[in-house]
Amino acid sequence: MQAENKDFNITTDLPINPHQWVSRYADYLYTYALSRLTDEELARDLVQETFLAALERADQFKGSSTEKTWLTAILKYKIVDVYRKKSSQFLHSTDSVSAEKQQEDFFDPDDGHWNVPHRPQAFGIEDQDPFTQSEFTHILQLCMKKLPALWLSVFTMKHMDEEDTDAICTALKVTPSNFWVIIHRTKVNLRACLQKNWS
Amino acid sequence: MGPLKKIQYNCRKATFLIEKKQLASLTLREKLELRIHLAGCSICRTFEKQSILINRMVKDMFTNSQHQQFTLDDDYKKQLQDKIDQQLNKN
Repeated sequence: MQAENKDFNITTDLPINPHQWVSRYADYLYTYALSRLTDEELARDLVQETFLAALERADQFKGSSTEKTWLTAILKYKIVDVYRKKSSQFLHSTDSVSAEKQQEDFFDPDDGHWNVPHRPQAFGIEDQDPFTQSEFTHILQLCMKKLPALWLSVFTMKHMDEEDTDAICTALKVTPSNFWVIIHRTKVNLRACLQKNWS
Repeated sequence: MGPLKKIQYNCRKATFLIEKKQLASLTLREKLELRIHLAGCSICRTFEKQSILINRMVKDMFTNSQHQQFTLDDDYKKQLQDKIDQQLNKN
């Protein structure tokens, strides 16, 4: 009986159901992409690319994870790809350089002391639940958007996805020592931006 | 100036170690250096508090954004499903 059943198609052949993908996962994947890229059009495109790539690779789906996990993994890979492209595009150009320049004033070049105008001052909300301060979160988001692409990519991968440091270095082509320099600079910069805009 | 004296006064190095500490483990020497620095530097103690706060906020932001669902509009979803169906029919 089974041998005769040759006309089965992709949907019955595999433990996936692409006819249901959009209704089941589109919003979830869109939210996932949007929270990492803050670009609606790009997030939308990536959802589409994810579904199409998944169809092409449907035979690789082994059913060892859920459909949702599998689709998310494909999307994640695409997001890292965007990070990589953005980062290399800007690697030697203006945004990292000017962000670094901006920081030259923060510390004394000789002894590493905070220069007086840049010394951290208390925000006044250090000991509270930050989510009672939605205005503060909003400023944080704006400050993150001002970061150089490479810095934001490193920062996001580390904090949002809690990726392994080595994996981030490989994906974004940065050395481990440069990774820590970027992590440090990003935070110094973010903190300064928060202080400047929070009053 | 000895190396420990140096870190005692070097806020750039101290803030670097504060960042590293939150994501990886410091060596014994680095731990010692940071402790000595922070004992005498209230500015970097403020920095550390704020750095931890920022990390917590960023984390919360991402967790929250997963509770808060964004939705694609229905037209786009329909187009998307059509594309998928087309692709399926090709096979």
